[in-house]
Amino acid sequence: MKEADVQQEPSYLGAPYGLASWLLTKDHKRIAILYLISITIFFAIGGSFAAMIRAELVTPQGDFLTADLYNKVFTLHGVVMIFFFLIPSIPATLGNFFMPIMIGAKDLAFPRINLLSWYIYVVGATLTLAAVIMGGVDTGWTFYTPYSSISSTTNVTTAALGVFITGFSSILTGFNFIVTVHRMRAPGMTWFRMPLFVWANYATSLVMILGTPVIAITVLLIAAERALHLGVFDPRIGGDPVLFQHLFWFYSHPAVYIMILPGMGVISELVANVSRKQIFGYSFVAFSSLAIAIIGFLVWGHHMFVTGQSIYAGLVFSIITMLVAVPSAVKTFNWTATMYKGAVVWDSPLFWVLGFMGLFLIGGLTGLFLGAMGLDIHLHDTYFVVAHFHYIMVGGGVMAFLGGLHFYWPKMTGRMYSEPLAKVASMLVFFGFNLTFFPQFIVGYMGMPRRYHSYPAEFQVFNVLSTAGATVLGAGYLMILLYLVYSIVKGPKAPMNPWGATGLEWKIQSPPITHNFHETPVVTEEAYDYLHAPAPTREVTHHE
Amino acid sequence: MSSGHHVPTIGMCVRVWLALLVLTGFTIFIASQDLGVLNTPVALLVAITKATLVIVFFMGVKWNTPLTKTVAVSGFVWLLILFFMGMNDYLTRGWLGVAGR
Ligand SMILES: [Cu+2]
Repeated sequence: MKEADVQQEPSYLGAPYGLASWLLTKDHKRIAILYLISITIFFAIGGSFAAMIRAELVTPQGDFLTADLYNKVFTLHGVVMIFFFLIPSIPATLGNFFMPIMIGAKDLAFPRINLLSWYIYVVGATLTLAAVIMGGVDTGWTFYTPYSSISSTTNVTTAALGVFITGFSSILTGFNFIVTVHRMRAPGMTWFRMPLFVWANYATSLVMILGTPVIAITVLLIAAERALHLGVFDPRIGGDPVLFQHLFWFYSHPAVYIMILPGMGVISELVANVSRKQIFGYSFVAFSSLAIAIIGFLVWGHHMFVTGQSIYAGLVFSIITMLVAVPSAVKTFNWTATMYKGAVVWDSPLFWVLGFMGLFLIGGLTGLFLGAMGLDIHLHDTYFVVAHFHYIMVGGGVMAFLGGLHFYWPKMTGRMYSEPLAKVASMLVFFGFNLTFFPQFIVGYMGMPRRYHSYPAEFQVFNVLSTAGATVLGAGYLMILLYLVYSIVKGPKAPMNPWGATGLEWKIQSPPITHNFHETPVVTEEAYDYLHAPAPTREVTHHE
Repeated sequence: MSSGHHVPTIGMCVRVWLALLVLTGFTIFIASQDLGVLNTPVALLVAITKATLVIVFFMGVKWNTPLTKTVAVSGFVWLLILFFMGMNDYLTRGWLGVAGR
């Protein structure tokens, strides 16, 4: 096949060599790798905070961490995982790498701005790490006033500035993606031929540029309030602490969609591939991404049912919250319909897809519990909430990220990992995750509040189960890290299209050349044309 | 932007600039007048007019593509969402009573 001559070209990984060539690169693929390394480091840091939380909660007494230290640990777990891992996770790595390739472009519209966004991310993240070293911050990742503005004596300002700066990195990424989708599509790549991963990243980018300025200004106001006593949030001088929650959740609810929409995009790619079928209701899935992005901006008050927010506003927010479940359900049903009567193959991507669908379903349905005002009075600030958002953000977001990482790993690195190990790891992650977080639904429903280092003894059994699950989950993650790194060193060379997938990214060599394509591709087929897709070539890999 | 073939003429720029100066003068004038409840709305109206002039003419949105116009408008629409849904709380706090509150 012509693959043989194509493979002789030096890939983006090796041309040119040297650290400086990586740190000054304008290649979207190399920037994606820089992001991948950075978010992996932050995932490890955030994960070690989680380990400390779970270790403390093995016993009902607060014996491992003091109350103050525990406050700092769960705050930093949240800040690191949300702002420095989950938000950039899929868009800045898989999105950065594959979005341009999927639409037939040589790079993003603004390669230098893409590199700048990574540097801004590093500066913001470093500032937040500085806050950790200086003694931490203890407000919770939500920085609620008046605690963050007038009471806390920890490094709120430094951490808030770190979040503020990192915000610009996601604004720049979103802006870059939007311009790229509008201006850089190859001839024949019409909007409705774009892979759903591109649609999902496009919708995510809209949320990034419309929402992130609000959180940036809000955390800046916290810093200003602390330094200058402006009185924006301080009721003693005319401010309103609830205003902070309005501004914060105006961004932070849509931010959940920044974390989950790209994951839904990944799952659409994987579902089509494992079913070897066109996605059922392609345009519904595409538009549901946009619907989620837009309706997601109208529901933020469901985080504020037990504040001073008016009951009437609560009703409105509650009803719209039920509505936002509709486009998510559209996606879930369409994926299921895609798999129905599909030629489902038991490759490792299927494991991540099924894991995602199960966990996201539980996460989504428990979200409806919390969106119902009366029930939320009981469940607010309990472990039920903690379990719910971990099912969405870890069960959904991280499963999809790992699924995408496994699916695209051969293309990104040019190496294959061990398929049996991947299946074992995906099941470890799935069972470990459920063991960690399912007991939290029960213990939360029984009334265990979040954010305390001690708890009544009758809750212990659930917490021990949870910590045991977290250990399995951690082992699963560690295993993935090990065999993926090992595959770079010793893994067999990946063929051009190991999964027999459709899409431009599978028609170029693995790993791609710096400019992705030898000549600009002309697109003549619809997305997911699995009737004409090549057969998987993973089995005939040559060991070298 | 590459797609904007028309550019504002010098004359038009000068006229917009003069309009901005007049509006600035008006801002200073009404700052010294007590209009009662109208103080803030009038000041906001003048400020919005000035911002609109800058965006439409100086920033060239008038001559740009529909996409650019959509982007310019949607930024403000999203700000309105924040205000509208926020005020949907602040202005309705007395509407429905809660036992014990
Ligand atoms: Cu929410």
